[in-house]
Amino acid sequence: MQTMSQADTTEPTISLKMLKAMVGIGIVCACLIALTFEYTLPRIENLKAEALNKAISIVIPGMVTKKTFGVDRNNNLLEVNNKDKSPHLLYAGYDENGKLMGLAVEASGIGFGGVLRILYGYDPEKQAITGFHVLESKETPGLGDKIEKSSDFLENFRALDVSLNEDNVTLKHKITVVKNGAKKNPWEIDGITGATISSRAIGNILADSTRQMAPLINRHKSNLEKN
Amino acid sequence: MKPESFWHIFINASLINNFVLAYFLGICPFLGVSGKKETAMKMGGAVTFVMVIAATCAYGINLLLIAVGAPFLQLISYIVVIASTVQLVEMFIKKMSPALFRALGIFLPLITTNCAILGLVLFQTNKGYGFLESIVYALGAGAGFTLALMLMAGLREQLDFAEVPEVTKGTVLTLLIAGILSLSFMGFAGLGG
Amino acid sequence: MSVPAKTKTGFLDSLEKSPATDIFLKGLWRKNPTFVQVIGMCPVLAVSNTAENALAMGLATAFVLLMSNTLVSILRFVIPKQVRISCYILIIATFVTMADYAIQAMSVELHKALGAFISLIVVNCLILGRAEAFASKNTVETSVLDALGMGAGFTFALFCLGAVRELLGNGSLFGIAVFPASFQEWVVMMLPAGGFFTLALWLFIFNAVKRAKQNKERGKALP
Repeated sequence: MQTMSQADTTEPTISLKMLKAMVGIGIVCACLIALTFEYTLPRIENLKAEALNKAISIVIPGMVTKKTFGVDRNNNLLEVNNKDKSPHLLYAGYDENGKLMGLAVEASGIGFGGVLRILYGYDPEKQAITGFHVLESKETPGLGDKIEKSSDFLENFRALDVSLNEDNVTLKHKITVVKNGAKKNPWEIDGITGATISSRAIGNILADSTRQMAPLINRHKSNLEKN
Repeated sequence: MKPESFWHIFINASLINNFVLAYFLGICPFLGVSGKKETAMKMGGAVTFVMVIAATCAYGINLLLIAVGAPFLQLISYIVVIASTVQLVEMFIKKMSPALFRALGIFLPLITTNCAILGLVLFQTNKGYGFLESIVYALGAGAGFTLALMLMAGLREQLDFAEVPEVTKGTVLTLLIAGILSLSFMGFAGLGG
Repeated sequence: MSVPAKTKTGFLDSLEKSPATDIFLKGLWRKNPTFVQVIGMCPVLAVSNTAENALAMGLATAFVLLMSNTLVSILRFVIPKQVRISCYILIIATFVTMADYAIQAMSVELHKALGAFISLIVVNCLILGRAEAFASKNTVETSVLDALGMGAGFTFALFCLGAVRELLGNGSLFGIAVFPASFQEWVVMMLPAGGFFTLALWLFIFNAVKRAKQNKERGKALP
C-alpha cells in the first residue's frame, strides 16, 4: 500500500493508465456484483419468507394461513404488506377454516452476549404464551443457548400465564424468572442453572413485550379473528 | 427494544465481546506484534485511531448507499474507504507530526488488511448504530484490542524467561495463552446486561 | 509473520513428481496456509465451531481464492504496478460479495451461522498474499493450481479444527451424534477459547511431527 502514496503522479501517461485500470476494474466489479445480486435476490427473499413461516409454525403449530400486522404510533393494529418494516410485527395464524389459532409476536432485548430477538406465540383465548423461538442470538454456545435447547426450560412456555386484569389494560401478574425448580405459579419461569442471564433476558423480553401487546391484542381481538 | 446505552456499547465492544478474544478479529497483529509491550501499545493506538476514522466514514457511506439504493456495493466500498483512509492518515501524519509517524509508521500499512477494522464497520452496520453510537463502538473496540494486545505482550515478556518445551515455543504457546485469556474474558459477560 | 517451512515435511513428499502436482501439494501440505504459514487465522478460529460451518467457510474462501487468482493472473500485464494492491482488493471484494449472496441463496441458516465472517474473507491475508506473491507473476494455469492447492489446504485445516471442536464440544459430527448420550460435552470447545486451544493442539502436533522427522534425518546423517 505504501507505494501508492509515492506514486509517480508527475507522469501524466502513467497516472492516466492507473486511472483507466482502476476505473475499468471498478466498473466491471460493480456490474458483476449487481448481476449476482439481481440473480440471487428472489431466491434469498423466498428462503427468508420460508424461514419466517417455519418459525411462525413452531409457535403456532398447525397454522395454515397467516396475516401480518404492524403497530402504528397510536397503538393501532394495521394489516401490513410483508415488505413493510414496522418496529413491532405480529402474525396471526389461522387454520384451514379460517379460525384464529394464535398469534406470533416479534420481540427483542439484550441478552448475555448481545441482542436477542425472539418470536413468541400468544393465545388470546387462554391469554397465555404458548411457546417461543429464537430468531437471533449471540448467547454462549453450550451455556446460554440452552434457552433454545433445554426441554425443561421450553416446558415453561407451554402455557405461561399473561392474563389481563378486568380493566383489560394491565397484566394481572408480571412474568418473572425464578431460580431453577422454584416455579410455583403459572406466570413464573424456571431459570436455567448456568444460563441465568440468558433465561432472565427471555423473561424480561416477554414481560416488556406482553405488557404492551397483550392489552393491544385483546382490544383488537375481533379484528384479528376475521380472516 | 430499549436503545443500548453508550456504556453498554463500550463495555460490550471492549470486554464482553472483545474483538480479539471473542471474535478473533485482528489475530494477525495479535500474534505478530505482541512480543513487546511498547510496540503493542503503539499498534493498539494506531488501530484505535483508524477505527474511529473508519467508523465515521463507514457511517456516511452507508447512508449514501441506502440513499442510492445499492446496498450490494457495501463491502467493496467499505474496503476501498478503509484502504484510502489508512493512506490519507499515513500521509497526514507524515506531514503534521514526523515523530508520531516514526512511532506508528510501519504499523499503518499493516492495518489495511487488519480484519478488526472491516469487522468493526460491518458489525456497526449490522447493528444499525447511529453516528455517536458508532464512535463509541469504535472506541470500545479499539480499547479492547489494545487491552488484549497489552496483556498478551506482558505475558510474553515474562515467558521469555521461562523454560518451555521446545515444541510449544512460538505460536503454540501464544495460542494457548490467548485461549486462557479468552476464557478469563468470559467472566465479563453479562456486565452490560 | 509467516513461519517459513525450511524443511520438507509430510509423507506426501514422495508423491511430488510432476511440477503441477508439486504446486498443488505445496498448498495442501508442505506450505499449508494454516498449519505451516499461520496466516488468515481469523476465520479459522471464528467459524470452526462445527464441521459444517468450517467446511462451508473453507469452500467459500477457496472459491474466492480461485477466482481472484485466475483474474489477477489474467490481468497481470494490465494492472499498473503502483495501484496493484487496490486492484486486487477490488477484485477480491467482488468475489466475496458474490460468494456472500450465493451462500445466502443456498441456506439462510448457514449464512446466519457464518455471519460477517463471509465478508471478512476480503481481509484474509491468504488471498491477498497469493495474488501478490504468486498470481501476479505466474501463468493462469499455474495460478489456478496454486489456488486449488492453497484453497484445499485451507479447507482441510478448517475442517480439522471444526471436526475436533464439534466432536468434543457437541459430541457430534456434521450434526449427527457420534458419542452416546451419556457423553458430557466439553463446552469450552464451542467457546472462543476452544478455537485457540484446538489450533494450538494442531500446531503442536505439526511441530512435533516436523521435529521427529528432523531428528530422524539427523540420525541418518550421523551413522
